Amino acid sequence: MTTALANSAQITTRYLRAFLRQPSYVAFTLVQPVIWLFLFGQLFKRVVEIPGFTGSSYIAFLTPGVVAMSALFSTGWSGMSYVIDMERGVMDRFLVSPVRRGALIGGELVYQAGMTLLQSLIILALGLLAGARFDGGIAITIAFLVGIMLLGTAFASYSNALALVLRTQNSVIGAVNFVVLPLTFLSSTFMPVNLMPQWMQDAVKFNPVNWAVEVGRQTLSSSIDWSLVGRDLAQLLALTLVCAWLSTRAFRAYQRSV
Amino acid sequence: MTIQPAASLGTATATSARPAVAAEGLTKTYRGDVQALKGVTFSVRPGTVFALLGPNGAGKSTIVKILTTLSRPTTGRASVMGHDVLREPERVRRVIGLVAQKSAVDLEATAAENLTLQGQLYGLSGPELRRRVSGLLERFGLTDARKRIARTLSGGMQRKLDVAMGLIHQPQVLFLDEPTTGLDPEARADMWREIARLAREDGLTVVLTTHYLEEADHLAQHVAIIDHGQIVVEGTPEGLKAELRGDAIQVELANTYPEATVHAALGGLGDVLREVTLDGRSLRSRVDRGAGALPTVLAALDGAGIRVATATVARPSLDDVYLRYTGHAYSDDNSRGTIR
Repeated sequence: MTTALANSAQITTRYLRAFLRQPSYVAFTLVQPVIWLFLFGQLFKRVVEIPGFTGSSYIAFLTPGVVAMSALFSTGWSGMSYVIDMERGVMDRFLVSPVRRGALIGGELVYQAGMTLLQSLIILALGLLAGARFDGGIAITIAFLVGIMLLGTAFASYSNALALVLRTQNSVIGAVNFVVLPLTFLSSTFMPVNLMPQWMQDAVKFNPVNWAVEVGRQTLSSSIDWSLVGRDLAQLLALTLVCAWLSTRAFRAYQRSV
Repeated sequence: MTIQPAASLGTATATSARPAVAAEGLTKTYRGDVQALKGVTFSVRPGTVFALLGPNGAGKSTIVKILTTLSRPTTGRASVMGHDVLREPERVRRVIGLVAQKSAVDLEATAAENLTLQGQLYGLSGPELRRRVSGLLERFGLTDARKRIARTLSGGMQRKLDVAMGLIHQPQVLFLDEPTTGLDPEARADMWREIARLAREDGLTVVLTTHYLEEADHLAQHVAIIDHGQIVVEGTPEGLKAELRGDAIQVELANTYPEATVHAALGGLGDVLREVTLDGRSLRSRVDRGAGALPTVLAALDGAGIRVATATVARPSLDDVYLRYTGHAYSDDNSRGTIR
């Protein structure tokens, strides 16, 4: 067990170091959410005037949505490092060593979850600067961050599973893009659910992005619906476990096909 | 043309010591019914360099993948240092090092970081790990590259880093899959020196795959020639060459002639020439004394109206061994498409 943990930490360090060595990538990762926040913040500013919209600040409404959207965008690329490792033979080098197989998967997911957390904190701080007020307090904010990390881990696992099965960068990019934008727009990221067409209101219930955004919206409210939060977090946890299981299956399939 | 059945030649096949590597009847069928291996059996004596020689697609890499626990054979058994690759993969992994065909260096990490992570994966840490990292960097002339990102290293240096990584945990058996493919002649000579040293000074057992006859001849104490997923012959390089008594005569014909015509022309020389093969315009044969026989051969060809472009006499090489046991010239085979 200690070996597995040590191995995971070593794998996490590897990714973190590679990330920090690419200053431009770091910069883009940090700047991107700023663009989302202010671009969409301006574009949809007058949504607050639509009858049925509760609340007065669109930026405040948007901030949790951008946190979820950014988590989706950045963890979607997770599988790319798998593709590169497979192409480079690094994956096979790891597999020939006695490293715990779980550590190879887990170490990378820890890195993805950590990056998601960092990015989310930056966006929340930006939202605060732009006038959003998180009246829900610290407990719900932590619950939201946990939810976002679950969403990020689930999506990273999905991306990894695709990478292990498809094995080319282009097909992973395609498959990830195929779901990122539809999932984002099919959630209450930009528009409250009660203003959506009926079929969307039904579909939104099954969208993991919306589960996370729902929890996020609670951070803005002074009366928190904890049963909603509990249900959404449980659903996100279940999804993460399913995706993690899928990625281990994909990993085994890769090992068998070598 | 005749293809001889698999045969074991030369010395040093039977020993009382437990083999470092043993493979028994390995077969591997990939999806889509590609039969990469059709029953491969061999054993490697501890402390020696063993070469699997064959063209691309012969099945060499598949054998290495099975022996290093990356891939499972469809049927057959294999063991490394007495550990079964299927039943005890964990134990096998601890005693082997692999330098794969493709460089497996992490390009975004420095040379030292690559070595350190590799060591950590084997449970090494602290001063011991640092000492080994420094030692290997020095040994492979990479000390100056210690803090350089691997992406900025030359191909030769990356390859050395690959080998260094394969040694960090002091394995007992090192697998080198095409270690010099793609290296320039200088880097190749360098790598050869290193490989020879591994077995000689470190007492490592080295299993090497190569499609360079020269490389197998130069480095290995024991060579197995593999073709289409089967070992066609194995033995020491000297033993294999000695089996081909006499010299090799090679005549390049000026045109393509029907095989029957050529054989008819040489029909009267049956007591001098052995193993006459015609491969395109290349006519090869073995004779006891090449220099004496060549004029006779040329005269016979001339008499039958067959025009000759060039003629050479050579001591037997592994090339000739390859030709004899596979029935086709080595270089032709190497340009063939890759199966796997």
